[in-house]
Amino acid sequence: MTMKLDKFCLVAAIAALLALIFPLSGIDGDTGKQVAFVGDIPGLAIAMALCVIAGAAFTWLGVRSVKAGIAILAVAVFGCWQAVSVLYDHGVAGYAGLGFWLFILSLWAFVWRGIDVIANFHSLDRGKQHLANVIVPVAFGVWLLFVWEVVVSGFGVPQVLLPPPSMIGERFVNSTDILASDFHQTFVKAVLSGYVMGCGSAFIVAIAVDRVPFLKRGLLPLGNMVSALPIIGVAPIMVMWFGFDWQSKAAVIVIMTFFPMLVNTVTGLNAAGKLEKDLMATYASGYWSTLFRLRLPAAMPFVFNALKINSTLALIGAIVAEFFGTPIVGMGFRISTEVGRMNIDMVWAEIALAALAGTAFYGAVAYIERKATSWHPSFRVRRH
Amino acid sequence: MTLKQVVNNVAEMPASKKAVVDIKKLSLTFQTADGPVYALSDVDLTIEEGDFVSFIGPSGCGKTTLLRVIADLEQATGGDISINGVSPHEAREQRAYGYVFQAPALLPWRSIERNVTLPLEIMEISKEERIKRAQEALKLVELNGFEKKFPWQLSGGMQQRASIARALSFDADLLLMDEPFGALDEIVRDHLNEQLLKLWARTNKTVAFVTHSIPEAVYLSTKIVVMSPRPGRIIDVIETDFPKDRTLDIRETPEFLEIAHRVREGLRAGHSNDD
Repeated sequence: MTMKLDKFCLVAAIAALLALIFPLSGIDGDTGKQVAFVGDIPGLAIAMALCVIAGAAFTWLGVRSVKAGIAILAVAVFGCWQAVSVLYDHGVAGYAGLGFWLFILSLWAFVWRGIDVIANFHSLDRGKQHLANVIVPVAFGVWLLFVWEVVVSGFGVPQVLLPPPSMIGERFVNSTDILASDFHQTFVKAVLSGYVMGCGSAFIVAIAVDRVPFLKRGLLPLGNMVSALPIIGVAPIMVMWFGFDWQSKAAVIVIMTFFPMLVNTVTGLNAAGKLEKDLMATYASGYWSTLFRLRLPAAMPFVFNALKINSTLALIGAIVAEFFGTPIVGMGFRISTEVGRMNIDMVWAEIALAALAGTAFYGAVAYIERKATSWHPSFRVRRH
Repeated sequence: MTLKQVVNNVAEMPASKKAVVDIKKLSLTFQTADGPVYALSDVDLTIEEGDFVSFIGPSGCGKTTLLRVIADLEQATGGDISINGVSPHEAREQRAYGYVFQAPALLPWRSIERNVTLPLEIMEISKEERIKRAQEALKLVELNGFEKKFPWQLSGGMQQRASIARALSFDADLLLMDEPFGALDEIVRDHLNEQLLKLWARTNKTVAFVTHSIPEAVYLSTKIVVMSPRPGRIIDVIETDFPKDRTLDIRETPEFLEIAHRVREGLRAGHSNDD
């Protein structure tokens, strides 16, 4: 019988074993001594030993079930906790040595293998499947944050270049009132109103363009030109036209979102098949009846595509536009001023906020799409 | 239809049957980049009330085009055509016919029931009445119980039956069917043919049916119109006198084979013309 060894667990076991042998930290320039030893830190020693044992065991047994995957992830979580504690409680931050990095390598192998097993999990139980589908990206995201934290702290990267996520998180939690007012100014006032106006007007214009042939020939190329305008050039002009407050940002967003919506809706209105149009003709269905009963429903997948594209464009537009003049509040304003004051953690907190808001916005639109066009082949669920 | 109209219709019913479709010297020429295409030329045909007329011929003979002219989906370039005594356009505006296409053409965002009620919705019929009529139409094609399903959850044969139910839902007296069972397998097709005949016998509708299957044409029809291509024209009209409640067994009888033979001869003659 040929037994296939689990390579990831083998790497994890060997790396953890070497981590116990090689020095944990570098040498402190002032004292000339190593900062910390594995032998002095029982928690870390246990974690490394656990990695060796679990690695060796699963190299032999293989990680075949989700339970085994969860077990190695649990070992990895314990190891990560010990690694962070060593960095901050035992002064290894900035002095991490080869032993430390070998330990991280071991953890990486475990996490990779564990996530891999859960990602390949298939169940007919929708609840379980859903849980597995959520765990994978969350675990992966948490791991990336951990690597970021450890690399930045371990190598002692200056925080002006890149602060560790823990610092950003701390700043985020401690400045919720500033972030909330920035969010309100940029997202609630500028993004949402600009998005609704841009997408709404483009939708109506698209229906007009579809109805009136000369608009199709005249307006579409013009719209194309407007969409090609550089936002950097348009934003200051909009600020001059509409003032410093959110209105000028909304105007920039309208310009950015108008064309994707227009083109997609016009394409979507032609998506209904010839057969279906003939069918409506046999019922002597009028223009508006055919529009609402056939052409708009058929256009919905295209319209939602544009809404999704625009949800991310709108946020980018608002933030960039705030660089060109704004009242003393707003996400773009905060980023540009805090960079100048070297408060890089605040900049990152705003970036995190923008990422969260953008993702939530996109997710909300995608959710509505799923509900509204559940008939579309890409969303169909067989219900017998 | 008001009571008075019904009484009038009964009173007007003559001894000889009423012509539902009357076509005289009809021709249709498509202008294309490669020059004109003579899709139909010199077509004369009368379809009477209660007839089941099949159009048969090789592809490109204009049988679908003829059906589309009757339905006002194409306009003739010469000759005369009237449906129930009015132009095809007026007949379409009056919703005088139900049309069944080659493909089911069900709207995927509507349930089967809402697909069947689509024409009724366009005709602004009340909701209770719509649901009642959809129930009746779905019963006629044996699809009751599938109201809440979506089209893609049904087999091809069931989808086509749903599209027939949709054409029946507003109770037009004329049914135009363009190779409705062309994409289905032999056994499903036989079954649907039987159902269609029963439906026709029960409702006394007038049916115009395009097909390229000789047995299907002979089995279903009271009148078979044999057509030939380039230019599309009628080369033979064969009347049959099988009873309305015929079964699939008649396909074994000598009369059936004789008519099938005549249709085949007609098709062959049409083909030899364009050599």
